[in-house]
Amino acid sequence: MSPATAQPATDRSPGLLPHERLQHLLDALSRSGYECIGPKLRDGAILYEHIDSVAELPLGVAVEQGPGSYRVDMTDSRRRFGWANGPQAIKPFLFAPREILWRATQREDGTLVFDARPPACKPLAVIGARACDLAALALQDKHFLGGTCPDPGYARRRDGLFIVAVHCSHPAQTCFCASTGDGPRATSGFDIALAELDDGFVAESGSDRGAAILDGLHLSSATTAQLVAAEEQGRHSSEVQRRALPGRNLQASLFANLEHPRWQEVAERCLSCGNCTSVCPTCFCHSEAEVPKLDGDSSLHEREWDSCFTQGHSYIHGFTVRPDTRTRYRQWLTHKLGGWHAQYGRSGCVGCGRCISWCPVGIDITEEAHAICGPQP
Amino acid sequence: MESTAKPKVAVHKFSSCDGCQLAFLNLGAALMQVAELVDFTHFAEAGPLAPDAAVDIAFVEGSIATPDDLQRIARVREQSRFLVTIGACATAGGVQALRNLANAGEWIAGVYARPEHIHSLDRSTPIAEHVKVDLELWGCPVNGRQVLGALRALLFGVMPAQENDKVCMECKRRQTVCVMVTRGRACMGPVTRTGCGALCPSFGRDCYACYGPAENPNTAALARRFEGLGLVPEAVARRFLFINNGAPAFRDAGLKSGERHDG
Repeated sequence: MSPATAQPATDRSPGLLPHERLQHLLDALSRSGYECIGPKLRDGAILYEHIDSVAELPLGVAVEQGPGSYRVDMTDSRRRFGWANGPQAIKPFLFAPREILWRATQREDGTLVFDARPPACKPLAVIGARACDLAALALQDKHFLGGTCPDPGYARRRDGLFIVAVHCSHPAQTCFCASTGDGPRATSGFDIALAELDDGFVAESGSDRGAAILDGLHLSSATTAQLVAAEEQGRHSSEVQRRALPGRNLQASLFANLEHPRWQEVAERCLSCGNCTSVCPTCFCHSEAEVPKLDGDSSLHEREWDSCFTQGHSYIHGFTVRPDTRTRYRQWLTHKLGGWHAQYGRSGCVGCGRCISWCPVGIDITEEAHAICGPQP
Repeated sequence: MESTAKPKVAVHKFSSCDGCQLAFLNLGAALMQVAELVDFTHFAEAGPLAPDAAVDIAFVEGSIATPDDLQRIARVREQSRFLVTIGACATAGGVQALRNLANAGEWIAGVYARPEHIHSLDRSTPIAEHVKVDLELWGCPVNGRQVLGALRALLFGVMPAQENDKVCMECKRRQTVCVMVTRGRACMGPVTRTGCGALCPSFGRDCYACYGPAENPNTAALARRFEGLGLVPEAVARRFLFINNGAPAFRDAGLKSGERHDG
């Protein structure tokens, strides 16, 4: 369809954002008060960081992932999102790796004053979130915002969050979101979703504020051919995935196999280093500690990412519940793929494959799950 | 502090390079604050000299590597309520413990023109092998955050929090990209104790384990991975037999890889 015959995109009908106009989207978000966070190539990986310009996005970058391996390659593609993911996406922006929860100050009379005001934060717009990231976000929301005591820092940052999803077009060898049902196409939880094609982005809104931003861009409607191409790309991204978990609910199977010899076997390979849980977009474990000022008059109460692979994670006074890697790995897998069903109504795995790529020794969660649970009907 | 008398602190040096004492001397303004909280009764590198005075806290740098070290450490222990080792030498014997794996006499004869003037023990050993140690701070060198944290906790009358996680945890908290996964570097992070702030990987180089073994280190799995990355067994052995070669977990892993080389 030529530009002369293109129809303007109406509310909720997909528009086409040409590659050269992507900057207009960033500008519109900035004008609306958002700080834009987008993928950048840094130190050999795709990382989500502050961006001002589309020139900072990873143009033509391809990523090859395998167990314990992540390599970037440059291509002459015009695409900026032609890769699956990097070590982290949304999680660190909401569940901060390290943050001060409160400050306690001792007054002259010895009494303590607590200050737990969460620090001010600018609303963020994350550009390029994947379907798996959004599924993970929904789970983190459940954990941090559900129940009677929502986490104030998380809540404040989450409130301001604007999400521009980009449907995954180049799943990695390590991806298995199709098997968990979380991707590769983003279906909810975004403000705007983009399908990146060679001639631009098919853009649709998922919220009123997303629609308002897109309306302001005055996009022409995507053509039927473009819609079909986007659809086709999504199907392909699903079909090329070779990894899969043995089932969507492994709770019964895992807890029936707590003494399976595979736990010891994997413990001989596992470094118990916590890389898998740190890159996992749903893992939420943390530790808290006092960081007193040198003068002893005040103290910061600090929270930081912890992992079920550390000793401190299962330490109770004078006793470490899980002293070895066998019990720690078993904790991670039985909780992630089993216990989460009872706790959050679904598995804690969204199939992003990060734990496979970023494991220094390349342990594959799907392989371990198959070994322990066997094939599921 | 309730009492007007300030707690007394000594900083002792044994066989070492003095680098860990710099954790105090490089504190800048915080050092002034420390001086208001405690009295440094002995700290040769900074000035005060009273090696045999009784103190509340003694920070001990260096390993036991000479006959004189052996006698002094016993006196330090007797005169100190809390004895805190600082650094790889004091805590694991230091890089000089490499001689424990060799013929020290031959090395001395090979290096010095007049070896008869060298009075050193055959082995370099950590302080805890000789006297009771109340707290160990790992690192080569230790940093200001560690020594201040320990000092502050002890002044409160509590032990500081254990830092025994792997360096990887800190890399991930800092969003440092893994040098092993992206570039195949033989990084010691997965078996090494945190505390440095994952300094080397943040500059794109692999951790060389100067903070010693983390808790529950799987050295065998990491050694296998290093071989997979292309290191010959001798090179793997050298990764373990370096600054903290005297720490049992690293010594055993290094010797095992070395045997594969020799065998």
